[in-house]
Amino acid sequence: MSRFIVRRFLSVIPTFLIIVTLSFFLIRLAPGGPFAREKKIPPEILANIMHKYHMDEPLINQYFRYVGDVLHFDLGPSFRYKDHTVNELLGAAFPVSITLGVVSLGLAVFFGTLVGIISALRQNKWQDYAAMSVAVLGISIPLFVVGPILMLVFALKLKWLPTSGWINSRAGWTTIIMPSMTLMLPYFAYIARMSRGSIIEVLRSDYVRTARAKGLKETVVIRKHVLKGAMLPIVTYLGPAFSGIITGSVVVEQIFVVPGIGKIFVQSALNRDYTVIMGDVIVYSIILITANFVVDILYGLLDPRISYK
Amino acid sequence: MTDDVILQVKDLKAYFKLDEGLLKAVDGVSFDLRKGETLGIVGESGSGKSVTNLAIMRLIPSPPGRIAGGEVEFMGKDILKMSEEEVRKIRGNKISMIFQDPMTCLNPFLRISTQMVETIVLHQGLDKKAAKDKAIEMLKLAGIPAPEKRIDQYPHQFSGGMRQRVMIAMALSCEPEILIADEPTTALDVTIQAQILELINDLSARLGTAVILITHSLGVVAGMCDAICVMYAGRIVERGNADEIFADPKHPYTQGLIKSVPRLDKISTQRLYSIPGQPPNVINLPDCCPFFPRCERAMDVCKTKYPKVAELSAKRSVACWLYGEGK
Repeated sequence: MSRFIVRRFLSVIPTFLIIVTLSFFLIRLAPGGPFAREKKIPPEILANIMHKYHMDEPLINQYFRYVGDVLHFDLGPSFRYKDHTVNELLGAAFPVSITLGVVSLGLAVFFGTLVGIISALRQNKWQDYAAMSVAVLGISIPLFVVGPILMLVFALKLKWLPTSGWINSRAGWTTIIMPSMTLMLPYFAYIARMSRGSIIEVLRSDYVRTARAKGLKETVVIRKHVLKGAMLPIVTYLGPAFSGIITGSVVVEQIFVVPGIGKIFVQSALNRDYTVIMGDVIVYSIILITANFVVDILYGLLDPRISYK
Repeated sequence: MTDDVILQVKDLKAYFKLDEGLLKAVDGVSFDLRKGETLGIVGESGSGKSVTNLAIMRLIPSPPGRIAGGEVEFMGKDILKMSEEEVRKIRGNKISMIFQDPMTCLNPFLRISTQMVETIVLHQGLDKKAAKDKAIEMLKLAGIPAPEKRIDQYPHQFSGGMRQRVMIAMALSCEPEILIADEPTTALDVTIQAQILELINDLSARLGTAVILITHSLGVVAGMCDAICVMYAGRIVERGNADEIFADPKHPYTQGLIKSVPRLDKISTQRLYSIPGQPPNVINLPDCCPFFPRCERAMDVCKTKYPKVAELSAKRSVACWLYGEGK
């Protein structure tokens, strides 16, 4: 097991380098640059700026300089927000997005499996139909519709929840409710459908018939014999779901004015703020790689047929 | 009912409601099982063998299935009228089952010990330690080498034959009155089949367990069973002692089955006999002998009415118009 973890961890390094390299050159291929303005900057000033950020050097030198900095955990200065380094910008915004993402995914998994179990056990009864209708709605209605509707109902009409802001504002933790509900909805719906399907499949399996033939109570059969096997596909889904939820929070953050990474991400791409874009890409890819890494380990712990050698 | 009969099935019916119509998987099956006896239930795929036995255990998936009538009297009580809790006390304890495919019948996510211990703790009230000792003892009886070590492994670490041995050990761990073995060797290698059958024979004799052996192989039945029921399209068409049935099969279907077994003692240059046609679809079956389209001795009456069961002796009966009063 520990050997597997070490080997799996080592394989992360080349993946990471490839991501950094590809994004570095791809961004530079895009037309425009961080200092392109409608109002022309005098050429001597531009030359000074370029020199300051080492952008007058050959691209390959810039690349190696950048990789060297990254290896020292320095993502460089922002080209647009001149008072801030990329580390500062992302350091403030990422924890917000991560918190929102983790809370949303946690809710999605909890409610998703709960609803999945209920509809699987009440298959083709009204509870099942109701739950699956909600799931279809959850998958098909876009976030930018759900968000404003929630805001309209719970903040403006009922006045139960604040319209926007974040935990550090006066409204406190209540601010996280609506954004996380909005963000979790499609994932909740997908997990509900998936767990329903896999529970129904396991319920029909031979080993569940064996468990029943042994005289076990139905509740024991489900808890001990059905759930573990049925949860495996959901664990596999958690990796991609987590990265999806983190990157997908961009829209939700805009709607509920959450000070997360979303705004910086969009702005930096539009501004060609090279270092910030690269910083985003690097942090996102670390999250993605870690999420998949954790899922692999979890999967091995859950399924005894998978052995790590 | 004689004293040594422990299970009496009377006119058992199990129907499945499908989109295509009502599937009468089991339609009026009756038989007795005596203490310590081995009863073979033989028939083609889809003849209702497995459903009969799932119905006895009340394990028919519902919906779409339901038990539409009949009685299953076990030790003086009708299983079909029991509460769910009473039935659970019988399952795995007084009557246990092993199934066709040992590869899928054990839970792949749980250790053998977990799966065996839960049954023993549930029915025998032993603590976990004692239950595990008992489980190890059963595995040893079932011929698993180094059971103390193997018991903590997962099913995928066992071969098919070994898994079926585990299933047998698990099924017999509460020393049940009846073991229902639903085609226990169909999914196994031919060389392993004989060993598994011998093991079932051996252990059931030692524990005094009666066995219902479901199979489509007449060879298996001939070697193991005291009595035989031949099923066709959800009903028992012939019933009797094994020797009688092999020596003197009455129903044309049984005759056909026996004729289609290759024989070593009569080397023949002719093609092996096979019963012409296909088994009928049991959805919306009309009131007739379901075998008549394939029967060499079909008469007019066969097409209009299901034959009365002719009781030839106490243990022998046949459902065919060739015998009894309908003749």
